[in-house]
Amino acid sequence: MTEPLAFGMGSGLFYIQIPFLTVNNGPAISFRTMPGAIFKRTCKSLGVAVTRKKFSNPAAAEAFLDQKVKENVPVGCQVGVFHLSYFPKEYRFHFNAHNLIVFGEEDGRYLISDPVMEDVTSLSKEELSRVRFAQGPLAPKGHIYFPEKVRPITDDTIRKGIVTGIKRNVRDMLRIPGNFAGVDGIRHTSNHIRKWRDKLGLKKASLYLGQIVRMQEEIGTGGGGFRFLYGAFLEEAAAYMQDDRLSTVSEDFTKAGDMWRASAIKMAGVYKGRLTEQKDFEEIADMLLDVRMVEKEAFQKLSRMSLGK
Amino acid sequence: MKKEDLPQDPGALDQFTREVCYVKNQDGKYETALSRGWDVKKDALDSAWENVNERIEEARQAVANGEKSPVYYFMELKLMDLPVLSGYTGIFPFFIKRHLKPSVFKGLSDRKLEKYARAFDISVSELKNFKG
Repeated sequence: MTEPLAFGMGSGLFYIQIPFLTVNNGPAISFRTMPGAIFKRTCKSLGVAVTRKKFSNPAAAEAFLDQKVKENVPVGCQVGVFHLSYFPKEYRFHFNAHNLIVFGEEDGRYLISDPVMEDVTSLSKEELSRVRFAQGPLAPKGHIYFPEKVRPITDDTIRKGIVTGIKRNVRDMLRIPGNFAGVDGIRHTSNHIRKWRDKLGLKKASLYLGQIVRMQEEIGTGGGGFRFLYGAFLEEAAAYMQDDRLSTVSEDFTKAGDMWRASAIKMAGVYKGRLTEQKDFEEIADMLLDVRMVEKEAFQKLSRMSLGK
Repeated sequence: MKKEDLPQDPGALDQFTREVCYVKNQDGKYETALSRGWDVKKDALDSAWENVNERIEEARQAVANGEKSPVYYFMELKLMDLPVLSGYTGIFPFFIKRHLKPSVFKGLSDRKLEKYARAFDISVSELKNFKG
């Protein structure tokens, strides 16, 4: 099992600009499905039962965690990063959709594997309890999850998972209703960008663009990064399914990822104060429209393929 | 993205951890590589912090001029907004908004001050005696 495979089977690629919601005084945009949902779908297609729990009482949450640690079950926890002590200060915003794995206890400190960190880290009981009960949008409420039954995984289940994963992702990106999600969401944001300079003033508009870049590249592997990840998934899927058509579509996602990165460079020009004209905002908006076309065509190709059941 | 194009600009995470990226190798296949950071991202983060620091400074001025209560300053200092602060204190945003007025803040009970102080990670006297 590899990361791209899990991402693809869980239909991880997505785009949404959540209306009305602001995060750190900027627009809320996401480039992927909520990690919890990816995890859930992937486990489901692998036939792994996952138990998840939320708590209203921090003490109960801690007792439950201790119990699981004693049973030697590694558990995933959703946490907020603001109070996460081992994070560098620059990254500690009120961002609540971070996940880490607790896999043991040593000298009264939990041993933690964090996807951001290369090495194992640790947190004291108070510190962990604090981040598990962080507040604000998407508050984790002590959310904890762990696999219950693990069956041996055959190539056949993986193949089936790949097919459902692709189909679901096609549906999410092309046929989701509304104009602010899926590939149409990219157009929605692009239309917003055109208006930002006049509506918000140059300063706030450039902060908003900075926020998009941070959402795109920084938090998680980021938007461009997720496109590469999906490309890697399709490449692996092509090998599993013995289907070369998938690897050609994989190229399209690589291209989309590169285009996202190019647009980020352009946006950087704005928030660094090099580009200030309305024309530059128009160009950025056009770049996003191009990305939308590439992604839309790629998903349409996937949609037209008959991959079997 | 090709493997040789992967940016290696030391950023905030340098000396600390590196980032996993999926890149294409010479044979056009995907593989993982580690990046130390990217200037575009670093600048986005820096400009966000610049903005935060400006907001904190403005808040400090406002408290010094007697326009806002210390709650406002510490809310900005801890990067919070009304919903987040409401979550940590259990006080409804409507009331928090009132508590941002110096005149209302003066009459707050110790229990409420205690709640704010805990949310901000400071002592009650620090909160009460902050003059900007």
